[in-house]
Amino acid sequence: MTFLTLESITKTFGNQTTIHGIDLAVERGEFVSFLGPSGCGKTTTLRMIAGFETPTSGTIKIDEKDVTDLRPNQRNIGMVFQAYALFPNMTVADNIAFGLKVAKKSSSEIAARVKEMLALIKLPDVGSRYPYQLSGGQQQRVALARALAIQPKILLLDEPLSALDAKIRISLREEIRAVQRALGITTIYVTHDQEEALSMSDRICVMNDGRIEQLGTPFEIYNYPKTRFVASFVGTLNILAGKVLDSTAGRIAIDDQEVVASTGLNGASAGDTLAVALRPEALSIGHANGGSNNLTGTIDEVHFLGSVVRIRVRFGDNVVSLDTFNRPHSAPPERGQPVTVNFTREDILVLDRPAI
Amino acid sequence: MKRPVIGPWIAIIIGVIYFLVPLIATFEFSLRMKRGVYSFEAYRVVFGDPNFQASFTYSAVIAIAAILFGILIVVPTAYIVQLKLPRLRPLVEFITLLPLVIPAIVLVFGYLRMYNSSSWIPLTNSVRGTDFLLTCAYVTLALPYMYRAVDTGLRAIDIRTLTEAAQSLGSSWPRILFQVILPNVRVAVLSGAFLTFAIVIGEFTMASLLNRPAFGPYLQLVGANRAYEPAALAIIAFIITWACMGLIQLFGGGRQNATRR
Amino acid sequence: MAETAAELARTRPRPVSLTWLGVVPFMLFALMFLIVPATLLMIGAFQDPQGNFTLQNIANLNQPTIIRAYQTSIAISAASAFGGALLGFGLAYAVALGHVPRWIRPTMMTFSGVASNFAGVPLAFAFMATLGRTGLVTALLTSIFGINIYRYGFNLLSFGGLTLTYLYFQIPLMILIMTPAIDGLKREWREASSILGASTWQYWRMIAFPILWPSLLGSFLLLFANAFGAIATAYALTGSSLNIITILLFAQIRGDVLHDPNLGYALALGMILITGLSNGAYIWLRSRSERWMR
Repeated sequence: MTFLTLESITKTFGNQTTIHGIDLAVERGEFVSFLGPSGCGKTTTLRMIAGFETPTSGTIKIDEKDVTDLRPNQRNIGMVFQAYALFPNMTVADNIAFGLKVAKKSSSEIAARVKEMLALIKLPDVGSRYPYQLSGGQQQRVALARALAIQPKILLLDEPLSALDAKIRISLREEIRAVQRALGITTIYVTHDQEEALSMSDRICVMNDGRIEQLGTPFEIYNYPKTRFVASFVGTLNILAGKVLDSTAGRIAIDDQEVVASTGLNGASAGDTLAVALRPEALSIGHANGGSNNLTGTIDEVHFLGSVVRIRVRFGDNVVSLDTFNRPHSAPPERGQPVTVNFTREDILVLDRPAI
Repeated sequence: MKRPVIGPWIAIIIGVIYFLVPLIATFEFSLRMKRGVYSFEAYRVVFGDPNFQASFTYSAVIAIAAILFGILIVVPTAYIVQLKLPRLRPLVEFITLLPLVIPAIVLVFGYLRMYNSSSWIPLTNSVRGTDFLLTCAYVTLALPYMYRAVDTGLRAIDIRTLTEAAQSLGSSWPRILFQVILPNVRVAVLSGAFLTFAIVIGEFTMASLLNRPAFGPYLQLVGANRAYEPAALAIIAFIITWACMGLIQLFGGGRQNATRR
Repeated sequence: MAETAAELARTRPRPVSLTWLGVVPFMLFALMFLIVPATLLMIGAFQDPQGNFTLQNIANLNQPTIIRAYQTSIAISAASAFGGALLGFGLAYAVALGHVPRWIRPTMMTFSGVASNFAGVPLAFAFMATLGRTGLVTALLTSIFGINIYRYGFNLLSFGGLTLTYLYFQIPLMILIMTPAIDGLKREWREASSILGASTWQYWRMIAFPILWPSLLGSFLLLFANAFGAIATAYALTGSSLNIITILLFAQIRGDVLHDPNLGYALALGMILITGLSNGAYIWLRSRSERWMR
């Protein structure tokens, strides 16, 4: 059942339109990420759901109810901000209790709820401390507890981890997801970090330039990007210029070597140049697998990254990066060495626009 | 969230009326010296008054002396406290804030007790001595603002690196201070200087009680005896203050402020 | 840590005495022109003309004129500080958060810098030309609306008039102090409180005001001390007709009235005590209300 609906939302600031008609339906209990570069409109969209901005046109519905013109304090939404935004003049317990206090809950109910929330974020003993006495990660967990204390219908998170250290980011994103699952709360998560979006979300909404580029599960978004933008923004991608030889058979020439794609070529005709994408992890070197594609080139560069060795191979004007696992017993290839790169037909992603 | 902006506008309009009306009224009043017509007669009379010229010159000289003396005392101290003796910071800051706690009239009363003709240091015995005392009094008045301006200026530059660079080139201490540090905090020192000038030029209490022919007592005297000249003088004083603040802004001094009693 | 400090001390012997020598002029100046003069006054308050210890000077403060002078001074200072704080805060709020055109803010700040320094004798002249008996506003009100404010009990040379005049430098001073403080309020605090269900009023009462409270209090007390020690404006406006403590002390120093230096010292001691206490109170209240700050 659809719980949160955005219907042809647009937003114009002055004479500049930043959101161009967004439609989105989020299921109850679903975790949806808005992923995109800064300025893509993801935060503006989130702020319209929260009520900090009013859409220029379109409707926002929560649980079948039109909330487009409601003020933020009438929407019953929980929100976590990038910079924590804890109230510095209140203890942790008072911060968590704030929403309950303004809702005029009884003090016994508030105390019980605060205790429950502190247990939920696994910080049972920090209630009497002030925000400045906590680490960034702890502050953000308190902010989460504060947002959830009012039992909101929807939880909004605006880049909640981007101010934190890499290690804490990873542990906290698991924790946020666990709490979200436990409560079954519908959640919108804004991030520019594809790894965060891929690891946490039920569905990802990739945004660019005020539009939704693609909406899908992390698996779909990563493996079957629909647009060139999605393909390049999510994951690392090798993009090569391919000349169409036979559209129906999917035959393409890259540096005069023929490869075959498993999909059709979007109606391109022979002689067209297409953008063809290959993921680094889909490529391997040195094998001659039957039925798969092979390209011969020379090794341009070898980057030893620890567990992974990243190798750049050149085919004429095209360069691809590929990853192989480090094997202690066999030395990595050397620069200038000729090499064959293998991949399957399914690994060729033909991007939507037949141009480069 | 659209909030109505009517409240802020009302505040601003009331503020503008309160602040502009006295200026307009004073200016209008200053033009009324000649019966029936607007004229700059009051200004002509003021500027032509030898007492105006003498007292203004006197105050300007004392102000410049106070500025130079103030720089000489404040800059080395602020520099050393920041670089070598951070332990002294609370004490020095406390001292520089004292002139805001002890009213000027009380301070000058203390000077009269300490430096009167029958004391150990009878500064008030001679005219030069009293001038020196008044200069020191003005340094004290301006101390909070001068110190804060210089301290902020020093914080903005990396004085440690500058000092070490100069030391490695074999500079002596006074050279470092006056040829390396001072030019780099010129902007801060200048804004402190203009602020001092604005505070000191029309100062009344101290000059009056030390019996010196300064601009402040002159203003008071004119106010007690004339009708239109005081309004002209008020406009002149406002323009001087505006010029000092304008110069501070011009030199990028930011938002300093001071109060004169 | 201790090891590195010790190491530093060993490898870099400093001419400590020379460093200390650098602050000697400042310290000497502070002693000669701040600390010793003030201390001498305070000692003098407890001495008779022969230099013996006495409490008589303090006891002598208990005269109707002196008590009333202190009362009037405190009342005018408190009123002008309160009014200045209130209106200054309103204007600071308006320029910082009021969604007014952008050019208003720098204009207001520059003007405040000028007006907060435009005090003393010229300010008195300006208000005389505005609201004095023949002032422009007085005349306009009489001729246009037929309201003679002086007939309704207004007098520039009175408590109300002086307070109104003092506001001319008190309000700008407040604007200069409070605008940066209001800028310190993060937009996210307002948004967080709003999304948690709080109204604007609740946000101000429970978050913004408690956060601004130390600055507000500090500014109020600074404004208070600013007005309490002021004399030039009042003296130029009223001569010695207004009985406030600074004018009384001024006359005492000039030898116009009382003519008892030791009583003068006691008057000065009282003034130092009042400004000192208000500053002490500020430091104490601030340390209490800022537990949540580093």
